[in-house]
Amino acid sequence: MMIGDWLDIGPVGQIEAGTARTLPVEGAQELAIFHTLRGEFFAIVNACPHKKGPLSQGIVHGDVVTCPLHNWNISLRDGRALGDDEGCVPTIPLRVDAGRIYLLRAAVLGGGAEAAPAEAEA
Amino acid sequence: MRVTNGDADVNAPVNFEGNAFPEGPRERLVVIGNGMAGCRAVEEILAREPERFEITIFGAEPRVNYNRIMLSPVLAGEKTFDEIVINTPEWYAENGITLVSGDKVERIDRDMQTVIAASGRTEPYDKLLIATGSDPFIIPVPGKDLDGVVTFRDLDDVDRMLAAADKGGSAVVIGGGLLGLEAAHGLSLRGMKVSVIHLMPTLMERQLDEAAGFLLRSELEKRGQTILTGANTKEIIGKDGHVAGVRLEDGTEIPADIVVMAVGIRPATGLAKESGLEVERGILVDDHMVTSDPNVLSVGECVQHRGLCYGLVAPLWDMCRALADHVTDRATGYEGSVTSTKLKVSGIDLFSAGDFSGGEGCEDIVMRDAARGIYKRVIVRDNRIVGAVLYGDTADGSWYFDLLKKGEDVSEIREALIFGQAFASGGALLDPNAAVAALSDDAEICGCNGVSKGQVVSCIEGGAHSLDAVRSGCKASASCGSCTNLVESLLAVTLGGEVETGPATMCKCTSFTHDDVRALILEKNLTSIPHVMQELHWSTPDGCASCRPALNYYLLCALPGVYEDDQKSRFVNERMHANIQKDGTYSVVPRMWGGLTNPRELRAIADVVEKYDAPMVKVTGGQRLDIFGIKKEDLPAVWADLNAAGMVSGHAYGKSLRTVKTCVGSEWCRFGTQDSTGLGVKIERMTWGSWMPHKFKIAVSGCPRNCAEATIKDFGVVCVDSGYELHVGGNGGIKVRATDLLCKVATEEEAMEMCAAFIQLYREEARYLERTAPWIERVGLEHVKLALADPETVRAYAARFHHSQSFMQDDPWAKRAAGERADLHQHLATVRPSDSSFQLEKA
Repeated sequence: MMIGDWLDIGPVGQIEAGTARTLPVEGAQELAIFHTLRGEFFAIVNACPHKKGPLSQGIVHGDVVTCPLHNWNISLRDGRALGDDEGCVPTIPLRVDAGRIYLLRAAVLGGGAEAAPAEAEA
Repeated sequence: MRVTNGDADVNAPVNFEGNAFPEGPRERLVVIGNGMAGCRAVEEILAREPERFEITIFGAEPRVNYNRIMLSPVLAGEKTFDEIVINTPEWYAENGITLVSGDKVERIDRDMQTVIAASGRTEPYDKLLIATGSDPFIIPVPGKDLDGVVTFRDLDDVDRMLAAADKGGSAVVIGGGLLGLEAAHGLSLRGMKVSVIHLMPTLMERQLDEAAGFLLRSELEKRGQTILTGANTKEIIGKDGHVAGVRLEDGTEIPADIVVMAVGIRPATGLAKESGLEVERGILVDDHMVTSDPNVLSVGECVQHRGLCYGLVAPLWDMCRALADHVTDRATGYEGSVTSTKLKVSGIDLFSAGDFSGGEGCEDIVMRDAARGIYKRVIVRDNRIVGAVLYGDTADGSWYFDLLKKGEDVSEIREALIFGQAFASGGALLDPNAAVAALSDDAEICGCNGVSKGQVVSCIEGGAHSLDAVRSGCKASASCGSCTNLVESLLAVTLGGEVETGPATMCKCTSFTHDDVRALILEKNLTSIPHVMQELHWSTPDGCASCRPALNYYLLCALPGVYEDDQKSRFVNERMHANIQKDGTYSVVPRMWGGLTNPRELRAIADVVEKYDAPMVKVTGGQRLDIFGIKKEDLPAVWADLNAAGMVSGHAYGKSLRTVKTCVGSEWCRFGTQDSTGLGVKIERMTWGSWMPHKFKIAVSGCPRNCAEATIKDFGVVCVDSGYELHVGGNGGIKVRATDLLCKVATEEEAMEMCAAFIQLYREEARYLERTAPWIERVGLEHVKLALADPETVRAYAARFHHSQSFMQDDPWAKRAAGERADLHQHLATVRPSDSSFQLEKA
């Protein structure tokens, strides 16, 4: 993928490991950019599939965030709710290059790519 | 059951005479020794032929049978006597056994086939079982008979040590073996200054090599014990008939208020010898546990079998099986035992088995991990494991022991052997359940109670679907608990997903309970969340949303002023110092001391509401004002405005002191008996900012009309003419609970001190997210009262609270208003559409 398709959102150092920061997108849903304790970065829409809780404010553990409103656990990798809960939050392709974070422009514009449903809908 | 003697005199014989079975022509079995061996032998016989014998058990100790190897945890305060009882009075009754306790057998008449007890009681037998165990070895030095010199053998010894520990001071333990170190650990935990004197250069030299001995020694020294190796005791010094110290061969003198002699044991063979049985070091027995008299059998630490005497529990189980098989005509025979050892000192993982002395043809495989304090050594001869010493990581102990006992050829897995079962088995067993599934049926799971994997599995299949059920069903993991993980894995393997879990563990990341974790934090001096997770073997890399906040609190409570609060482990409200609402905005509650306010504060609040367009202001139940609908970006500015009017955070968002609700009291109210408002303000000034296991509410009412609703608060003061009633454990939440009266005091100062002490007790003992109400329901009001009964203790608790508060009473709002952690409040950037693309606008 060429640089032109990616949006540079700044250096990795601006997000403390184990936390997330928000990125409002005018005309689309706010995003949350996560930096896990293992040093990975993820971008997802900042709204829990349950009741739209701000996932950026949840506790991050492994590659999972726990929503601050009702403790749903959301996988940062694919946006899916874990355990008995069902739901999915859109994820935005992200890459880190030379210490800077890039998001896929098309996905930012479109409010994130819905993860493919596990089964075809009836 | 008939109790023939209900006398309080503990030395009097107490008989439990059963009549559960009809009289018949049954053989008479008399057992001398009501200890682990005697009772286990009886259990094994009953399991085979419950109605064959009429059984009488003589015990020298005036109590039922208990698990002697668990005396160490009793001494350490980790278990109570009730928890280590193996056979209750009901067990004797239900099985028709006559227990004669506290009446020592003095003589055996083998010609008449009778035993004669001290009371004169004479009991005829067809089969006699001698299970007299062993006596502690007393080194013959001057002063050995002084008052204050004790052994470590039975419950009376433990009681003597506890009595000494109550007075504090110094203890000297002579003997750095298994027993001595467990005694030292217990006394050290009980607050004594402990020195261990060991004759050999290495601690536990019979179980450990030098390297592991060194690690053990360093760890014990780190915990404050003084370890003297190569030290020979010359005499025990006395003063006025009581022990005062120990003098070593080299002239060193160590002061002591108590001396514990734990240098070893020797088989108790006196009775057997006097009755003419063949005795060498122990009572000689054949492979069927039969002595030189075919009608007299013997098991346990008192016997010598094929030249060996054993002082551990596992061989005893094997002997009892062989004995029961023999007397019920199923003769199998005992061929001796290979033993393994674990030290029961919490926080120290140590395992040893077999022969590790090395020598001809032996190969050592060693792995060390200094950073993690791990040392592993496996000794191989002719491609077979002959010994293993593990320190720091003993997870594979049972696997090595299993390979050792079976004599399996390990040449195929030689390369990966030292890395443990998971690696040696080709990585396929990284799942711990799979590793347990791979163990053979006769692999020992519980060393304390001699329970094999097969027995645990059949217990589970017989309906025991939880850890507790397995513990009561087959006793696996019911003693020291070090095999809990194995039993849980067996539950998982046997039942699939249908394991019923108790309230046992803190969360799914650990097998420890909240209480375990708190104790281990203190014991192992754990200082950060990653440190806890590393040392306590967390199963997840960085925990979960349940354990992280709990660990943060436990560390904060354990290490005030030292531990650095981990914001990443705080629930959003405590990280943002405001309450998140369903739309993602926050509500802000400034503190109003004792519910008092003034025009300046009210104006500042009114200004904030208008300036930030807050859609709602509400009076809270805690007598203050809540401003709703504030965006996280605006919080620092809101706080700056409130700070400017002299207000600080109300901590309405925290597991912390919330409010102190008051009524107007004697200053205005015609019924008021004391200045409840003034006291409320003072209490709030003292307690604000403190982090707790859960939210904490206080109220002060000026008279028994109780307008401040003090009797549904965590701590409530009700003023009366003569002073202050202090109430605790109330809750107005989901489950309403009225308070319990803790005590009544005369002055404000006493009320405040008791308040501080109670809070600290709650902070130190309650589990994270446990309000005072369920905590008190769990531990009992008596426990709380007892803990706060002594003025000295109350002062100490209060002092610890004040110490902690000296680091806590720092307004978090002011720091954020001054720009600290701005990243928590600001967006990373904002993305705006521009023509066909986006542009990024920095925050």
